Amino acid sequence: MPEISGFAFPNDIHVTWSLMIVMYPYITGFVAGSFIVTSLYHLFGRQEFKPVARLAMATSFAFLLVASLPLQLHLGQPQRGPFVIVTPNFTSAMAGFGILYSFYMLVLVLELWFVWRTEIIERARRSRGVKRAFYAALALGTYDTSAEAVEIDHKAISILAGIGLPAACMLHGYVGFIFGAIKANPWWSTPLMPVIFLLSAAVSGIALLILLYQVYAKLDRRPVVASCVQALASWLWFFLILTITLEELELIVMAYEKSESWLIISELLTTRLSFSYVTMQMIVGGLIPLILLAVVVLMNRYLHEKVRNTLATVAALLTLIQVFSMRWNIVIGGQLLSKSLRGLRSPYEPEIFGREGVLVAIALFVAPFVILWVFDRVLGIQEPEGGGHGSPGTGDATPGAAVAGHAP
Amino acid sequence: MSNCHDGCDSSRREFLSGTLKLAGGAVVTVIGGSALASSGGSPASTGAPGGTAYDWNEHLWAYLIDTTKCIGCGSCARACKAENDVPDGFYRTWIERYVVGTEESHVDAPNGGMEGFPPVQVGFAANKSFFVPKICNHCRATPCTQVCPVGASYRTKDGAVLVDGESCIGCGYCVQACPYGSRFIHPATHTASKCTWCYHRITKGLKPACVTVCPTQARQFGDLKKDGDPIRAVIEHDRVQILQGHLLTEPQCYYTHLDKEVR
Repeated sequence: MPEISGFAFPNDIHVTWSLMIVMYPYITGFVAGSFIVTSLYHLFGRQEFKPVARLAMATSFAFLLVASLPLQLHLGQPQRGPFVIVTPNFTSAMAGFGILYSFYMLVLVLELWFVWRTEIIERARRSRGVKRAFYAALALGTYDTSAEAVEIDHKAISILAGIGLPAACMLHGYVGFIFGAIKANPWWSTPLMPVIFLLSAAVSGIALLILLYQVYAKLDRRPVVASCVQALASWLWFFLILTITLEELELIVMAYEKSESWLIISELLTTRLSFSYVTMQMIVGGLIPLILLAVVVLMNRYLHEKVRNTLATVAALLTLIQVFSMRWNIVIGGQLLSKSLRGLRSPYEPEIFGREGVLVAIALFVAPFVILWVFDRVLGIQEPEGGGHGSPGTGDATPGAAVAGHAP
Repeated sequence: MSNCHDGCDSSRREFLSGTLKLAGGAVVTVIGGSALASSGGSPASTGAPGGTAYDWNEHLWAYLIDTTKCIGCGSCARACKAENDVPDGFYRTWIERYVVGTEESHVDAPNGGMEGFPPVQVGFAANKSFFVPKICNHCRATPCTQVCPVGASYRTKDGAVLVDGESCIGCGYCVQACPYGSRFIHPATHTASKCTWCYHRITKGLKPACVTVCPTQARQFGDLKKDGDPIRAVIEHDRVQILQGHLLTEPQCYYTHLDKEVR
């Protein structure tokens, strides 16, 4: 039995939303965040993001494939999960999930196809037998890599990126809405919630790409492009400043208003969540990366490449912890607080082995990286250097051109 | 009161009667029997089990709690548990004890008040002490049905908020959305569970088990569509309060003599 300080409504001592509901926004955040990075290149033409643009898009796809699993694992009656899509109750914030998820999936898969299309065709041409049939199927029967066809690809990519960015933002802002629209819980109920979720998604996506880029460059034996790391670090700094400012503003307003719930929320943050909120979310994951990134951004010209990479990588790692802590503090913290506003239950400790346990959560986090590895094996995440894989008949339409050519 | 009409739905009748037998068992017999005895009615005249129909368009149920009458005996919570097979550690109804001083107050509900309340020592000068029974408020504008992604939580035409256990997916969103802590995920069925105002009883002309067993009539149950209903008269003409009115959920569980400390 959990311990209660103060008075909790008797049913409030159960933590109904488990670790899986912490994982859900964490994973969805990477989907949206990575897409923001890929859009900076594909939509806004920021050339400095070119080295990670395809990696970011593949990352968004890999995380999207597992994004609905934590929800499914959490359901008391998982076999009835499809009811949400088949017989949705549209007054429910949750009923929109199926629609938003499917829509974003459609847009992303289409965009992926256009970006990788020439690559797929080349692989089909290079392969034999079953492999050839596989790539031919992926190419959907079109082998046109003429300059006109590639131009059409570019247009399609731009349009899809233009639709994909708001779709990705909706998908994650919506996760914040699920919490922010619960008036019963003062720790959740704020219109800032979707905004904070969205900004922290950008933070987690950029941070993850800084890490993935370092790892991928090592594995692929490519040099890490300093301007790319620098740009990622700058944007990470920017989004981290916005996120932490809003997270703190929410509290400051609550405290200054002396709102009804402030007494219990301040107790929650300083007792039950003192480690995960004050230490991890604010100091280790907030203040320290803010300083490290400030060094990277403000002292750029004095930094040796290795120092810049190290600072950015450490800051990225810490911000990933910050975002996880934020998810934890919102989802779990909100349930430690009784709706009586008179009591707190003892900290929630997730099970290790169960369906909603720690091992499953780790597996869910690792799965997208396995998907990324498979993606790399099948399609190749980075474009071949110098378009070296060009085969007769492809003309000037190297896969690299397919991605980069349209950018202003 | 007669609830029987021509064209009664016999399958529903059988279903309700079956539910009553299965869920209620001996407790229903005992409680129901005493209720009928005290009201001086017979099963036929009250529309009780055995051949009556129920039209939900003719009723609008409401619950009334007079906190000054509650003695904290816990009979209601025990009757509810027995009647509805409520799992240990979860509550469809409970009683809270308030000990209030000028500067501080103490609130508790050991095991939902099911075994009554042991004496309590507080470290401040208490001015007053009272019990407050709690139950699902069966709100008219209830957030729990609003958030249900599949419509498994719904409000009936006679005003009860119920859960269809056959279509509930067990996501727990309604549990989070209820400001009163009235809902829980049943540990055996893994679906949402809550007070039904003993819907299987009220559709038979009986009262909810908690109301029936309350020795002081702190808990009362009435029909806002029935002329001359004493509960309706209190709700319509006296000063009544609701819990957490600022949330605009329009509770259909009304209180008299509610203290400012109660949320």
